[in-house]
Amino acid sequence: MSALVAAAHVIAMAAPYGCAALGGVWSERSGVVNIALEGMLIVSAFVSIAVHVATGSPWLGLFAGVAAGGLVGLAHALLVERALVHDLLSGIGLNLFALGITRVGLRALYGSSSNSPNVAGFGWAIDPTVILAIVSVIVTMWALRGTVFGLRVRACGESPNAARSCGVNVVRTRIFAVSLGGAIVGIGGVALAFDLRQFQSGMTAWRGFDALALVVVSGWRPGRAAALAVVFALLQWVQIGAQGKLGVFGFFVQTLPYVATLLGLAAARPGRISGAPKGLGVRAPS
Amino acid sequence: MKAITASLVGLCAAWLAFNLAALAYGESPLQLLVILYRGTWGTWYGVGQVLYKATPLMLAGAAVAFALRAGLFNVGVEGQAALAGLGSAAMASWLMSVAQNRFHKLHFVAQFVPVQWLLILATTLTIGCGWALIPALLKARFGAHEVVSTIVLNRIADAIIGFSLASGLALRGTVRTDDVGVHLPRLSAIGLSAFRGSAVSVALFVAAAIVLLAAFVRRRTVLGRELPLIASGLRACEAAGIPIKRRIVQAMLVSGAIAAFVPLGAVFGFKGYYELGLGAGVGFAGIAVAILGAGHPMGLVVAALVLATLEQGGLSLNGRIPMEVMEVLRAIIIIVVAWASGALKRALGVAVPA
Repeated sequence: MSALVAAAHVIAMAAPYGCAALGGVWSERSGVVNIALEGMLIVSAFVSIAVHVATGSPWLGLFAGVAAGGLVGLAHALLVERALVHDLLSGIGLNLFALGITRVGLRALYGSSSNSPNVAGFGWAIDPTVILAIVSVIVTMWALRGTVFGLRVRACGESPNAARSCGVNVVRTRIFAVSLGGAIVGIGGVALAFDLRQFQSGMTAWRGFDALALVVVSGWRPGRAAALAVVFALLQWVQIGAQGKLGVFGFFVQTLPYVATLLGLAAARPGRISGAPKGLGVRAPS
Repeated sequence: MKAITASLVGLCAAWLAFNLAALAYGESPLQLLVILYRGTWGTWYGVGQVLYKATPLMLAGAAVAFALRAGLFNVGVEGQAALAGLGSAAMASWLMSVAQNRFHKLHFVAQFVPVQWLLILATTLTIGCGWALIPALLKARFGAHEVVSTIVLNRIADAIIGFSLASGLALRGTVRTDDVGVHLPRLSAIGLSAFRGSAVSVALFVAAAIVLLAAFVRRRTVLGRELPLIASGLRACEAAGIPIKRRIVQAMLVSGAIAAFVPLGAVFGFKGYYELGLGAGVGFAGIAVAILGAGHPMGLVVAALVLATLEQGGLSLNGRIPMEVMEVLRAIIIIVVAWASGALKRALGVAVPA
């Protein structure tokens, strides 16, 4: 029984990483580099808590959080595809904006620079956000592989010119894919906030960037990215459980995912099967 | 000219957002602007604080800008700077303990201040370059994208710093190193007594010199002249006999070397030690400075001053509007300038680099 509880706990910890990685997969498979995952996570976490506090309904909080993540995704997509801002600059700007605006909101709504009041959350044995996260893994795997939309998204990511020549509206497809990805990241943000039952300033703590690393190591594949997120969460759980008593070993556990990412990056060299979309960062033909 | 126009557009957008924020908080924008001015450029103390905050920003900006010249996004300035800060502080405090221990074999040598500075400098540069060498080699040898590798290396640097502070480098029960012993004198201590009380130190001049040196390398050396070629197209460079891989590594090494000096002012000019989280966020701020400054040395300095003014101004406004508003303004400036500079380039018919 306790093993089951622990497993559920690890899955809950993996949800933010997994959802952010899925959002990254959607965005990057469509050809838009996305380092704004961190910003999407924190905005959706904040909005979900704010709406939950205001209305008392966790469901409304969940919807609002997901919508907020989608909106940040939309902003990123519009900046990159319509305003032709470099995707890394847009990502950095949106991250700083998101971090700042949530802190402003925290001050304005709750007069605090550290955390929001506590919320009740769903109170279910398994949080609906976690269920939603698992569902979105399955849906993403299926949609990217087996639907017309998924094929179009992948075509835009591999070669925007070829996609365009087949009559695909590259800009519109990318905007939709990145926004959808943002909404999925939003699920992760809500899961993170509801897990802690409150919003804390800077609570995402680089999870969005870790998720980006997961995307790369997974070879831009949603299923593997989700599985890696669980491994990542498991390592963290071990570390937290040991409470810093692991010494050097704990240090290795902490850095293991990152070293693995570096090795994965080195292995994914061009010419080999890397999985990186070939049109990543290539703007749509005008 | 384009860069200046784009930056002005960004500043206008920030000013607009500032006014909106002021009105949203029920304050008079003009009054707030006066308070902002008094807290920053209106008093010598404010000027000193702005200069202190601009010191790491201009270095981080120069570091990012140098790598960007070769088309490389060095997001790893954060980790390179933090590790170099910890390493230099640890080196300095170790030298101090050796200098005080009469029975240590290096006791005699370690007493001389130039020797101390030399060793501290060597440590700083070794760590900064060494940490930048990893993404450089990954990029040159394996084509690994430097943005992802530097982000990951930042996280590893965090882990290293946390671990080494926890296992001996920090004073017992704290998250800071021992005192460094040697100091960069504050400006108020070298005759500019008007700056009394503010944290600005000689590190400012060191930073300015490094920014100029980086500009010199960029403009007057073979390395610097070849970087834009690498950024614009790899195939043509190969045909022209430019050693692409070596240049990529060199560009990242110079970038890491500049980044290593980022914590200099805080560690040796103000605090006198390194502590956990010192200068956090300077990496992304450096990218902002590099974009705003458009790679020009004067541009970098002005951009660093603008962002430092926002930071310090946020503190002085904190009673009226929360200082977090200034972070939002900074983000708005970055996005708008990035948009305006691209839009300007297109409007003027210049090719947009991929």
